[in-house]
Amino acid sequence: MIFISEERKIRADGRAYNELRPIKIEAGVLERADGSAYVEVGGNKILACVYGPKESYMRRFLRPDTGVIKVRYNMAPFSVDTRKRPGPDRRSNEISKITADALCPALMLEGFPRSMVEVSIEVIAAEGGTRCAGVTAAAVALADAGIPMKDIPAGCAAGKMDDEVVLDLSEIEDKNGQADVPLVIMPRTGEITLLQADGNLTDEEFEEAIELAIEGCMQVSEVQKEALKTCYSQE
Amino acid sequence: MIYVENKDLVIPGEVLAEDDFYSGRGTFKEDGKICSSLMGLVSLRNKKISVIPLKSKYVPKKGDVVIGKINDVRFSMWGVDINSPYEGILPSSEVFGRDKKSLNKVFGVGDVLFLRVVDVDEVKKAKLGLKGRGMGKFKGGIIVEIAPTKVPRLIGKKGSMINMIKEKTGCKIVVGQNGLVWVRGDSDMEKITRDIIHVIEEQAHTSGLTDRIRDKLYLDIDGEIPEDLDYKDEEYVESPNFDFEDVEKSEKLEEENTKDSLPKEGFRRSKRSNNKRFNHNKKFHKKSRSNKYELEKPQLQNFKEELEQEELEAKKNEDKRNNDFISNLENIDQEKKTHQKHLEIGKKKTGFSILKDDDI
Repeated sequence: MIFISEERKIRADGRAYNELRPIKIEAGVLERADGSAYVEVGGNKILACVYGPKESYMRRFLRPDTGVIKVRYNMAPFSVDTRKRPGPDRRSNEISKITADALCPALMLEGFPRSMVEVSIEVIAAEGGTRCAGVTAAAVALADAGIPMKDIPAGCAAGKMDDEVVLDLSEIEDKNGQADVPLVIMPRTGEITLLQADGNLTDEEFEEAIELAIEGCMQVSEVQKEALKTCYSQE
Repeated sequence: MIYVENKDLVIPGEVLAEDDFYSGRGTFKEDGKICSSLMGLVSLRNKKISVIPLKSKYVPKKGDVVIGKINDVRFSMWGVDINSPYEGILPSSEVFGRDKKSLNKVFGVGDVLFLRVVDVDEVKKAKLGLKGRGMGKFKGGIIVEIAPTKVPRLIGKKGSMINMIKEKTGCKIVVGQNGLVWVRGDSDMEKITRDIIHVIEEQAHTSGLTDRIRDKLYLDIDGEIPEDLDYKDEEYVESPNFDFEDVEKSEKLEEENTKDSLPKEGFRRSKRSNNKRFNHNKKFHKKSRSNKYELEKPQLQNFKEELEQEELEAKKNEDKRNNDFISNLENIDQEKKTHQKHLEIGKKKTGFSILKDDDI
């Protein structure tokens, strides 16, 4: 049951201010990848796959003491309303980098020196908040691949719309809204591994947004755990 | 304080226990709490908690036996793909001592070998060797790939699973610890074996697997399950899930294997110096060999013998060719001579020929 306080309005899509879009996660969907996951958050459809740890063709990235992670975020041309030009661009390069940075603290690749883990995130359909959903998917795929991790990072965004701080912005809310705060945490310790902020927020609003986003991440994390456990107990 | 039970499925970051427990493989300790770092099944032994992963990559370990594929031939070594993030190298000195030979003639790119990991360096590069029983090149057969963590399940308790499959299909099967399995037999049986191995891999963490595999084997080969089957290992049904004991046992056996290989080395060295020691070691070795569980020997010819044989054959061929060549030459010579004779006869008739001394 959801209680809505009187001063908070119901959003355009019928959600409360602190309610996530319907979320669905499935682990181990691809046969050929070492690990994979499929995530649906509202209208987002994201496929993440993991290869490795393996020998890398890019020698200069390798480190002698530990393994490294390389992320490729890609949006399908048909994932948005007007066709997106295929190939990497400024935005997907940025998201690739911040995703790698968000996942890196959770990984324990010391046992695989001079190796590389390759993560590929494919956005099949986009509807706002793809970077958080991408991190969520990648984390499940990494766990499915059997890569040692301290925790499974979970991502969720908060933002401001109509002067109100709300959780998990959809595409329309993001475009018409005043701010967007994507956040990734490691749920067990509550450490924040990614925090971006875009738009105008006062100090209080910012803190409220972070609190709200952490709450959202915790809910996402539960779904992640559920997905991983059901993936193997079914068989 | 413990939060999980034996053989529970856990995911990375899950808190397993607190305080007086030891953190084993696949776990880490943080603020006095033991957490899982892998997705896998819990293994509880005394006060030690470890997690057996469901999926993993093979990391080379000294003493392992692996199946590798040659992917590079260099000046004095072969590069071997051992189904791992790390490359394996097979130095030529491991194959033919000090004498230099053309490496291409011995193993070419694409050859599949059964090898032992002799050494692993800091950057995890595996140095491989061919010393040991049954080591060498595979001829024919197919390679089946499974997750390295499921190798103990494929072998089963004291080799029960693998022996059953071998017996039923009549295939020769060799399992490498890197998750590659070599199978050779009739092409139909090879296919059945491959499918069975994949079923085992998929259901490695379920209970009563050996019996189900036995039924499947009967169905696939005979078309029916005989009624008077004695389910020998009912303990399997009672002890469900992944058999940790097997994992541990196989690990122990690995250790035993490495231990065994030590006196073997000693035995080799002492052969020259001390006869008594040699005998003692031989006894010890024999005894341990009968006790320990071994990966199936591929029943290949000893590699050196094989080499020698090949060389002999090559020599024979060469001799034959030389002989042919010589006889050919002789023939040509004779033809020439007869031709000359004819000419000379002709010349004689004309009256100005000179006869040679050695003319026939």
